[in-house]
Amino acid sequence: MLEPVQLAKFGVTELEAQHALDRLNVKDVDYADLYFESRTSESVSMEEGIVKRAAKGVSQGVGVRATAREKTGFAYSDELTKKDLEIAADTARYIANSPKGDSPAPVPTQRRPTRDLYPIERARAEVATADRVTLLNEIDAEARRYDPRIKNVMASFNTEYKVVAVATSDGALVGDIQPLSRLQITCIAEDRDNRQVGSFGGGGRVGFEFYREDNRHLSYAREAAREAILNLSAVDAPAGVMPVVLAGGWPGILLHEAIGHGLEADFNRKKTSAFSNLVGKRVASDVCTIVDDGTLPFRRGSLNMDDEGTPTSCTPLIEKGILRRYITDKLNARLMGIPLTGNGRRENYQSVVLPRMTNTFMLAGESDPQDIIRSVKNGLYAVSFGGGQVDITNGKFVFSASEAYLIEDGRITTPVKGATLIGNGPEILTKVSMVGHDLKLDNGIGTCGKDGQSVPVGVGLPTIKIDEITVGGTQR
Amino acid sequence: MLQKSSSQKDTTNGYAQLAADVLARAKACGATEADIVVADGETLSVQVRIGAVDRLTKAREKRLGLRVFIGKRSATTSTSDFTKDSLERLVADTCALARAVVEDEVSGLPDVAQMATEQPSLDLYDETVVNTETQIDWAKRGEAAAFAADPRVTNSEGAEFDSSSGRVVLANSHGFVGSYKSSNFSLSVSPIATESGTEAMQRDSWYEVQRKFARLASAESIGQEAARRVIRRLGARKVATKRVPVVFDQETAGSLLANLCSAVSGYGLYKRASFLLDKMGQVVASDLMTVYDDGRMVGGLGSRPFDGEGLATRKNTIVERGVLKSYLLDTYSGKKLSLPSTGNASRSVGESPSVGPTNFYLVPGVKSPQEIIGSVKEGLYVTELIGFGINMVTGDYSRGASGFWIENGEITYPVEEITIAGNLKQMFKDLEVVGNDLVFRGRIASPTLKISEMMVAGN
Repeated sequence: MLEPVQLAKFGVTELEAQHALDRLNVKDVDYADLYFESRTSESVSMEEGIVKRAAKGVSQGVGVRATAREKTGFAYSDELTKKDLEIAADTARYIANSPKGDSPAPVPTQRRPTRDLYPIERARAEVATADRVTLLNEIDAEARRYDPRIKNVMASFNTEYKVVAVATSDGALVGDIQPLSRLQITCIAEDRDNRQVGSFGGGGRVGFEFYREDNRHLSYAREAAREAILNLSAVDAPAGVMPVVLAGGWPGILLHEAIGHGLEADFNRKKTSAFSNLVGKRVASDVCTIVDDGTLPFRRGSLNMDDEGTPTSCTPLIEKGILRRYITDKLNARLMGIPLTGNGRRENYQSVVLPRMTNTFMLAGESDPQDIIRSVKNGLYAVSFGGGQVDITNGKFVFSASEAYLIEDGRITTPVKGATLIGNGPEILTKVSMVGHDLKLDNGIGTCGKDGQSVPVGVGLPTIKIDEITVGGTQR
Repeated sequence: MLQKSSSQKDTTNGYAQLAADVLARAKACGATEADIVVADGETLSVQVRIGAVDRLTKAREKRLGLRVFIGKRSATTSTSDFTKDSLERLVADTCALARAVVEDEVSGLPDVAQMATEQPSLDLYDETVVNTETQIDWAKRGEAAAFAADPRVTNSEGAEFDSSSGRVVLANSHGFVGSYKSSNFSLSVSPIATESGTEAMQRDSWYEVQRKFARLASAESIGQEAARRVIRRLGARKVATKRVPVVFDQETAGSLLANLCSAVSGYGLYKRASFLLDKMGQVVASDLMTVYDDGRMVGGLGSRPFDGEGLATRKNTIVERGVLKSYLLDTYSGKKLSLPSTGNASRSVGESPSVGPTNFYLVPGVKSPQEIIGSVKEGLYVTELIGFGINMVTGDYSRGASGFWIENGEITYPVEEITIAGNLKQMFKDLEVVGNDLVFRGRIASPTLKISEMMVAGN
């Protein structure tokens, strides 16, 4: 939601912000900023058919940062008095190890973000608790109606309403209002001694009405129930190297783990990434084109501006198999002399800015998804995943399937239990031989962790075929 | 270089009075019961990379969490704003939220009689203030020791020294008021090594955490261990897919114990979402496994005098010679399972209590890690696990691994890009040897463990 920046919301005058920036402006400091944040988060959750928990949290504070070449001085405070700003500024300034400068910082001029990707009015972001309770009750009933073997339904609905303002030493004062919500459902199915779990969810920078459009909440409930029931008949997964077909959408977590993290500029500036020095080189087959796009309306990973006030953009990471760009924040773009991509993000005022992904996905190709499956004699078809992780330095990544099937003679057959897939980031996409025309973005459930900070992200993928990857099941 | 801060007389920083005021306000608002937790803290974190300061972070924080009950309905809220207006709004919001949810028969505070009556000092707090220059020096020395250890250490993700201290005050409408202070000092070093020829890089790290600054191992020893761990990974390769014995080092064995800890958590059990459902009193592991959770270990990283609901912490026997003896419970999950709380309520400020371990550990055996490796004809020694391939409902286990291949009782070469898979129910029963090397680096700790057989997937 676009609104002129009002530091007054934080009980701070522009003069005080200016004064704090001045205090940060010493000889060796290249850049400084103040990040004001106010966050209201609310959640309701249900289990055993009862909406038994409701919670609300309010936090407000300022993060103050000064950078001098590679060095970052950072302080934060949940008090926003003039004195607290000064103490924080002096701590951040310590890093530059030089006395207070004489020349004042440029007076920040107010800017608005250039667009509004999530135009949700405050009134629509505020939903009566009773309405949330009703939503969860309907979900519980729908999941249990799906199959009597569904024995427990756990559902939660979380919203966050974040107001931020950034004042920078390069003369900007810019703000944003960032709504975010997510509905998550987990079902437990039981059939005698066999107990299985299924999950589904979705959300984005959307209003409450999103969840009721076309009874979206009920379709989520059925999906979670379906996965749990399906897993009742799943057999043990195979072990070893085999072709794997990934369905579209959330399996795009492959891109996030295998290449996305490795292309974050901080690791490449420090040359600790398996992708260091690979710009302009082939890291994928020529059917692969991958972007990081923070500009998609209403998406969980989208932002009008990043947390340094830079407008987000659509950054080509890999074009027809060739590595094009790293994703950057101001510090790393400046030190590396490469373009600023608007990927400087932080979890909250208590954390430092790092280059982070927004929505990362592969563009659609030309293959028919049916042909892709038919092309596999024996392999695995993976539809949904839990989490993933990567070791940036040696490039090894994993991601774990929660719904998968055997492919036998070009046909999808038996469901198999979750298995972890493991590969090597700079190598795996060279083994992608077919890309479907069915690009799908995920439903809005992703949270990315880095250095202990969590930020919302999106992923997307068309159906693709990986000629070989190691599947970590238990059966030969 | 070190400074001592003056000791404070008011051990609650005025928070006990603040809590009493908020509790009174909640009562006036219609709350039948309530509890409140106030936490504050200071942190100083220094990151050094390639001999220079990379990041310096300093902060003070405080937060207040309120839980109210109106009959059998409850809600939880939190704020960092302690002004009178803000807290009045918080109380009103909380009561309104509680009125909007559904009645839950078993909800409520613990009985008055259960509240902790004494609050022993568990030696959790060190008033030493480690100043910025000292922290920078420690981090620099740690990283330098890693670089000096071997010329193949070519780069670094840095070394980090963190110090933090804080206070927790818990009060409830039964009249309970508890308070304690704690501190943490830690150093971690994360070097990167490069293999000549292939230029392939590996990263590893080593760290230590202590409640007392004086107990930290030397920066040099931590840096040297980090270098030893990264150098030994150079030249790692995949192995063929096969079923073999697997030896877990302290760190990865600790992750197995963390899986056990989740499986015995009351919340997973009453939701029927644990693979140890309905197994109380039964054999769930090899008779070599005995596991305790001890909240009263002096100086322990998971120790606390009272739990997140104000109940006295204690030492619980979780598994005794393979038999499941106790779950980890708070009042709520206990009532759901018709059992008393085990004093394991864990309370983060903004949330209602859940269950957490205190110092959760597996009792060591007599064999050294060397002897355990020596007992394996062909198998895997796992030193790192990645990914989230654990299904707590079924126990199905499949994770990315790296480590070393063992042949004829000796470590031969490093391995990577493999997975290990099995089912935790079976893995605990297949526990064949327990090491003698228990060391606490966190609240969950295990000695080296050998599992008789798992599926290793590679080529």
